[in-house]
Amino acid sequence: MKNTTTVEKKSDREVVVTRTFDAPARIVFEAWTKPELMKRWWVPKSMGMTLVSCEMDVRVGGTYRLVFGGGFEFFGRYTEVVPNSRIVWTNEEGGENSSITTVTFEEKAGKTLLVMAELYPSKEALDAAGGAADATHETFAQLDELLVELGAHA
Amino acid sequence: MNSFVSFQVEAGIRAGSNLPSCRFGKAISSHRASCALPSYWHILNRMVHYTNTRLDASFAALSDVTRRGVLEQLVRAEASITDLAAKFDMTLTGMKKHVDVLEYAGLVTTEKIGRVRTCKIGPRRLEEEMAWIEKCRQLWAARFDELDAVLEEMKRQEKLERRKKRK
Repeated sequence: MKNTTTVEKKSDREVVVTRTFDAPARIVFEAWTKPELMKRWWVPKSMGMTLVSCEMDVRVGGTYRLVFGGGFEFFGRYTEVVPNSRIVWTNEEGGENSSITTVTFEEKAGKTLLVMAELYPSKEALDAAGGAADATHETFAQLDELLVELGAHA
Repeated sequence: MNSFVSFQVEAGIRAGSNLPSCRFGKAISSHRASCALPSYWHILNRMVHYTNTRLDASFAALSDVTRRGVLEQLVRAEASITDLAAKFDMTLTGMKKHVDVLEYAGLVTTEKIGRVRTCKIGPRRLEEEMAWIEKCRQLWAARFDELDAVLEEMKRQEKLERRKKRK
């Protein structure tokens, strides 16, 4: 059976994702720090998107850059790297709304509890990243489609 | 690296062009397209087609120019049905019907104090937020399920190597 993924909004500017993995921390950590492994799971197949390149220099001050088909890029810098236990990186593609991601790996009886926190500089930045606004976008994008459809039939 | 940008912005602009509401418009215009999980969502949403009867009520409510105008108005400040009727040059009965539709969709709430019915922006915001968290969860669950498979393979590999060393 699959382990449960939980997502919680800890505050106006922080989102926390939690999940347990049936593997020791060193293995989970490796899967988060080696580009060839990261590539295999970061973009779920169901998204239909491809990762064109994935460069990760996982050490304090090291940078990463992920390039997706269509030219989207995500980049930033690692600010903390504690082997098998903790990684912190910045997400700099967002300009002034840039967030900080902290991932911790906690091993217990051969399993690893992973906690990923995304901290935004302000409530507005989190909202801009999606927050409450995103569902509205979705609704309106769908509304747009509906309107186009209605228009076509009119 | 947890972000997917431009789709969201593109969609935002499209949405914005159709709906001159400041509630939505504000969020959209502040977009620097960058950030994390949700834009992902957007792409997912477009691919995974799902129906939602609650959305039907919203769409119905939003399909009318006056009702969109009323929403825009209420984002700025609450107003009585009389105020709204005057603003949109409409009869009280006509305005009341529009407000009823908005209220049914959860986009507006009304409260009667004395003889005046006051309209405010409704509770849908909370639901939207819950919906966002759920979508967020789905993305991470999808990622992590794939990560499970990678980890299983790594564990198998490690076992094999250990056995080899013992021999």
